[in-house]
Amino acid sequence: MSELVLNPELAHGTHDAGHHAHDHEQSFVSKYIFSMDHKTIAKQFLITGIVWAIIGGLFSVLFRLQLGFPDQTFPWLEDLLGRWAEGGRIKQEFYYALVTMHGTVLVFFVLTAGLSGTFSNFLIPLQIGARDMASPMLNMLSYWFFFGASVVMVSSLFIQTGPFSGGWTAYPPLSAVGDMSPGSKLGVDLWITAMALFVVSSLLGGLNYIATILNMRTKGMSMTRLPLTIWAFFFTAVLGVLSFPVLFSGFILLLFDRNLGTSFYLSEIYVQATQQALPNEGGSAILYQHLFWFLGHPEVYIILLPAMGMASEILSTNSRKPIFGYMAMVGSLFAIAILAFLVWAHHMFVTGLNPFLGAAFVLLTLLIAVPSAVKVFNWLTTIWKGNIRFTPAMLFALGFVSLFISGGLTGIFLGNSALDIHLHDTYFVIAHFHIVMGVASFFGMFAGVYHWFPKMFGRYMNNTLGYIHFWGTLVCAYVIFWPMHYEGLAGMPRRYYDFSQWQSFKQFGDLNQLITIASIISFLLQLVFVFNFFYSIFKGRKVLSLNPWGANTLEWTTPLRPGHGNWPGDIPEVHRWAYDYGKDGVDHIPQTVPVGSNESEQH
Amino acid sequence: MNIWLLLLVVAMIFLVIFQIAKASEYVSVLKGEKKTRSQSNKVNAYLMLAFLILGLIGAYWCNESLKGQTLFAQGSASIEGEKIDSMFMLTLAVTGIVFVITQVLLFWFSFKYREKEGRTSFYFAHSTKLEVIWTAIPAITLTVLVVFGLRHWLKITGPAPKDAMVVEITGQQFGWTYRYPGDDGVLGKRNYKLINPEANNGLGQDWEDKANHDDLIPTTMYLVKGKPVKLVIGSKDVIHDVGLPHFRLKMDAVPGIPTTLWFTPKWTTEEMREKTGNPDFEYEIVCDQLCGASHYAMRGVIKVVSQADYDAEMIKVKPNYFAAFPEKDPAKQKELAPVVADTTKPAATAAVVVPSKSKI
Repeated sequence: MSELVLNPELAHGTHDAGHHAHDHEQSFVSKYIFSMDHKTIAKQFLITGIVWAIIGGLFSVLFRLQLGFPDQTFPWLEDLLGRWAEGGRIKQEFYYALVTMHGTVLVFFVLTAGLSGTFSNFLIPLQIGARDMASPMLNMLSYWFFFGASVVMVSSLFIQTGPFSGGWTAYPPLSAVGDMSPGSKLGVDLWITAMALFVVSSLLGGLNYIATILNMRTKGMSMTRLPLTIWAFFFTAVLGVLSFPVLFSGFILLLFDRNLGTSFYLSEIYVQATQQALPNEGGSAILYQHLFWFLGHPEVYIILLPAMGMASEILSTNSRKPIFGYMAMVGSLFAIAILAFLVWAHHMFVTGLNPFLGAAFVLLTLLIAVPSAVKVFNWLTTIWKGNIRFTPAMLFALGFVSLFISGGLTGIFLGNSALDIHLHDTYFVIAHFHIVMGVASFFGMFAGVYHWFPKMFGRYMNNTLGYIHFWGTLVCAYVIFWPMHYEGLAGMPRRYYDFSQWQSFKQFGDLNQLITIASIISFLLQLVFVFNFFYSIFKGRKVLSLNPWGANTLEWTTPLRPGHGNWPGDIPEVHRWAYDYGKDGVDHIPQTVPVGSNESEQH
Repeated sequence: MNIWLLLLVVAMIFLVIFQIAKASEYVSVLKGEKKTRSQSNKVNAYLMLAFLILGLIGAYWCNESLKGQTLFAQGSASIEGEKIDSMFMLTLAVTGIVFVITQVLLFWFSFKYREKEGRTSFYFAHSTKLEVIWTAIPAITLTVLVVFGLRHWLKITGPAPKDAMVVEITGQQFGWTYRYPGDDGVLGKRNYKLINPEANNGLGQDWEDKANHDDLIPTTMYLVKGKPVKLVIGSKDVIHDVGLPHFRLKMDAVPGIPTTLWFTPKWTTEEMREKTGNPDFEYEIVCDQLCGASHYAMRGVIKVVSQADYDAEMIKVKPNYFAAFPEKDPAKQKELAPVVADTTKPAATAAVVVPSKSKI
């Protein structure tokens, strides 16, 4: 028996395809840096994501300062940013660089890599009962490609002409012609390189997640017994694998247009700065938008689905009640994943798109509200008549549902082209997607961190700090983004450096100031979380119980601090679904418990 | 304020919060897990309830204080925009009801079903009836919204009315150029390779094409109240967007691919000044697509006037052809009875810009 414990790889039979080194034989480098353990890789993704979130969040604070106090100067800004904030006021070129980097960093590096990368890696093997990913090597490469992307992206902040400043969507010709803006020079090439590396990372990860979920489930873990987290990660990975290559091709063509003189996106352009007409004719700037949004829209769900999956799991666990309508939840995830590929042109209603085509996209876009509504009603029914424990994770999961409702409903306005023609590219859009995709997904991510922290590090995070973090952030999120709807209804456009010369928008000066102050407070509150996270890794209260939340899923059957390979002995067999809470008066029945003879019928 | 002082204060607050958090953790260990849990459940459940109530009050208050500053307070300035406003109100009513119901349920359930000693949760995993109901209701509601939306969308994106005047609007970093077709009602051909600001040809008008000779390029866009206008939209460099918030419309300006947009202004600029009580009110053209460093300053102005005022304004504008070739300007040809030429020629220009019955 001791032989089995020491050599977990020998004990589990056919489920393990990979080869693992033993914990105690590993050097520091192979254990913590070039690790192939999915749990370590998950932590690498998470910590890199946290670092990026601080940078991306700080960028938003800086440009909010400009929006909230357009006529004031802050000398310390010059100390921090040098010539980009000469005289204590951020220059317009740099303002747009901040906006662009904030978007890119938060969407891709934090909410894609930091969220899906972390929790797909961490939870897939643990919850399906596998020793590791299908290919631990590709998994490790996935992280290091992400790291490479991060290095290139950071380096673009320090070049002479400044980082890319054409918006996270990088529409050509602005992004394609260097003379259009200082940020369109070397900054774009670095931005595209970083994004290309990121796409590689994301594809390696996604293929791995799909292969692992389909092939490496433990005995008894049929697809319909998978926790909803795994279903969500599965559809997320499918979305990424099918849409990131399209984005990649779009970026490569952009790189060709920039550096090799091709005309994929360029036609009939006269450059004001150099007073020259470019030779390019016959290209279409709109083609890029199709390629971009073919990823861009699924990307929204790549960000949102993991949060939905984790919220489902956490709501059910802490309500001590099964998730309501498991199959409907899986079905709506599936419907969302399919529809995500068929709605991209709703970002392009005002590009001159054929109105009839636009009409088709309106129909498909509003169709996606149906599975979303089903999910909300199912979550509400899940907590109805529950026995709710307000752990910080549970609070964030409830906050997620609230934000998802608030932000999802405004999508019904924007998805209807006749309304979008007024609201497009205004603050209404900013409010909509920040609430539904930005803050809501962040809430899902926070819920996940608080909930699985004990499994990650063998310690708890501090609850009081967690409660302060939750309530402060929830209030700030609504104070920041709720009034922005009204600015949008006044037609106030996004990506403006200063509104003071506009008759139509300058009435919002005080409101912009309030929003800026709330966003600064919100940023500081996130530092409370960051502190809590790192402090608790080393000094947090130790976890003494194997299953601190009384949850049913498999990860809580591993040792307190599982080594590489997760289970020291055999991988447990699964006998039921993950949501038997409160069944027959029993608080919870883990998936590993066989169905008793006198137990009432399965769900 | 001194930034270091501010940072110090923030650091102190952090420290205090941290000490409280640490102390409360010790206390909870002393009190035992069970008691701590029931206490924090209670506190957070009441906070949930408080958040719901204060949140709804806040949303109401926010609406009261801000709705007057949105454009809906003054109504749509175009006939086509009226339907957009009513669509908006319909959507707002539907989503508003759903919003209040779902948020109230969410926070109320959270409060009501907080963990209590001796109570067990209700094992309720599935109900086909419920799920069919709440799939069907959103589907039907959305169908209604889609039908209303698309009917209007297809109307406003359809062909412009036959009597619509035509104005070309071209974006560049960072401003707008407006071109009217002049006497012949035809916009002359353009070629971007002919653009030459020094030769007064900022749009690349092809002077070989006679239709260009009477095209007018005023610095402000003049439109006539009650008369449909079709905008032909283009860009010289990057993608811009002609945003017309008061008319509830916008359309991208894409280099190489012309787009169009039409609408009917309802009120003159002067009438809007009275309506809004703002003596400086202007119909502003807003660039809605990030186009470079001065994107935020890419402002254009539309003056909506009566037909008489329109004609009077347009008389003052000379065809750009004469700016490019001053020697061909009849006004400059002093020997050819200047007074007569001066009055008849531009008057004819202004009248024929709008080839319709309402000519004066």
